[in-house]
Amino acid sequence: MYLLSGVAVFAVCAYALVVHAHLIRKVIAINMMGSGVFVLLTAIARRGDETDPVPHAMVLTGIVVAVSATAFALAVVRKLHEATGHAYLPEEGEDAPPDGGGG
Amino acid sequence: MIPALINAASMFFVVAGAFFFLAGTVGLLRFPDVYTRLHSLTKADNTGLGLMMVGLAIQSGSILVALKMALAWLFVLVSGATAAHLISTTALKSGLRIWRKE
Amino acid sequence: MSFAGLVLDGLLALSLPVLAWRALSARDLYRAVILFITFGVILALAWARLGAPDIALAEAAIGAGITGALLLNTVGGLSRKNDKDDERPDEPTDRVGRPWRTRLAVTVPVTILAGGLAWAVLSFPAPVVDMPSLVGEAVAEGEVSHPVTAVLLDYRSYDTFLEIGVLLLAALCVWSLGLSAVRSTAPEAVSGSPVLAGFVRLLAPAMVVSGVYLLWAGTSQPGGAFQAGAVLGALGVVMVLTGLLVPSLGRGGVVRAGLALGFAVFLLVGVVSMLATGGFLAYPEGFEYGLILAIEFFLTFSIALTLTALFTTVPPREKGGGA
Repeated sequence: MYLLSGVAVFAVCAYALVVHAHLIRKVIAINMMGSGVFVLLTAIARRGDETDPVPHAMVLTGIVVAVSATAFALAVVRKLHEATGHAYLPEEGEDAPPDGGGG
Repeated sequence: MIPALINAASMFFVVAGAFFFLAGTVGLLRFPDVYTRLHSLTKADNTGLGLMMVGLAIQSGSILVALKMALAWLFVLVSGATAAHLISTTALKSGLRIWRKE
Repeated sequence: MSFAGLVLDGLLALSLPVLAWRALSARDLYRAVILFITFGVILALAWARLGAPDIALAEAAIGAGITGALLLNTVGGLSRKNDKDDERPDEPTDRVGRPWRTRLAVTVPVTILAGGLAWAVLSFPAPVVDMPSLVGEAVAEGEVSHPVTAVLLDYRSYDTFLEIGVLLLAALCVWSLGLSAVRSTAPEAVSGSPVLAGFVRLLAPAMVVSGVYLLWAGTSQPGGAFQAGAVLGALGVVMVLTGLLVPSLGRGGVVRAGLALGFAVFLLVGVVSMLATGGFLAYPEGFEYGLILAIEFFLTFSIALTLTALFTTVPPREKGGGA
């Protein structure tokens, strides 16, 4: 059951990643996609009689790598925002008003 | 007889705790402003957690585990209180008016 | 599986994609981040149900806690670019809407992909290699009794070594961007609040003890270096937020040394064991427990420091001024 849940989370986030334009939303989507894959891995680990510890170790490693990548991505978004004033990629920024309200 | 009594008691406590959590969430959804919501959340959730811990501690049968649970509950209490204080002070200083019954 | 267990699993499994969808379609970014944190907490419950207590610990600390703090920090930083002190900054929202044709064009391939994945996942063949019993035999021979820790630091220690490298690399990349700290616009009553100060004073020793305990218990129970490092990293974040630690975390050389320490110790142990037994990170007999614990100790310290540095994003000060 968790197998399907993991796939569903992955699909929802893949859709959101492409459709939404705001960069922070994309970062959240990538992070949650990773979590969906982790659920998938752990559900696979339960297939036999005993739980298999190797996917658990892989998921632990994956969580740490995900947080590192998210931290870096968020820093890049902040730098982009400092440099250009809004948190969208340039080609989508034309039809978007600047971020933050009155700016 | 004793194990059945223990099971019944812990079930009672856990269900009571769950009821408090439900009440707190209903308050979160229905109350009109930040301050009243904070009030319902912290009070009801802490009580609910304490009751659930009592139920689980009875079930565990070891004093050490019960003490650890009590310690965890204390930490949740303290952090909930601090968070509520911070949120309400910031809201008050930022000008969020307290809801008055019109 | 009992009926109640089935219901609980079904509820958790159902709420995960729903939460993901709600978090990603929330108009207000703050709401999206809060829903993301909720997703992380429900995910930790799901890990516990899936029989993975180590992952549950790590997810609750790193996934929901630290990532949530990072996101809130960044979202708050975005809405303060224009320095208006006299009005509240607007809530950041996502204002670019997509036309429905684009949404449809994306939904179709994603649904096909999801269907294919679901079919593949449901029709897995039975495992060829009986991994759990292999690991079980190897753990019985070794000295570390908790299987996940044994896998992480004994059999797949090269992966963990590279993972620490990735963490260090992320911190270096963030530093190279040269950002300044996110300024807090909390009113003075909050930043200097005695309640907050007392809270941190109560919490700090408890967190240090839990962190060290998690590290020590990791050899025979769920725990280990990452969970301990995450708890201590959270402590570091709390100290930065309450002003006890400056965002640049102290003098440049010391901070850099602290970050590199975990990676360096791991590398050193690997080279020494290569000289002793001929394989990189193949621990010599009888030294396993001590070496693993030593590696984990320095790892925990480095992970905690790196997580705090990733939160503050401010590069360390050089000696002699200049930020």
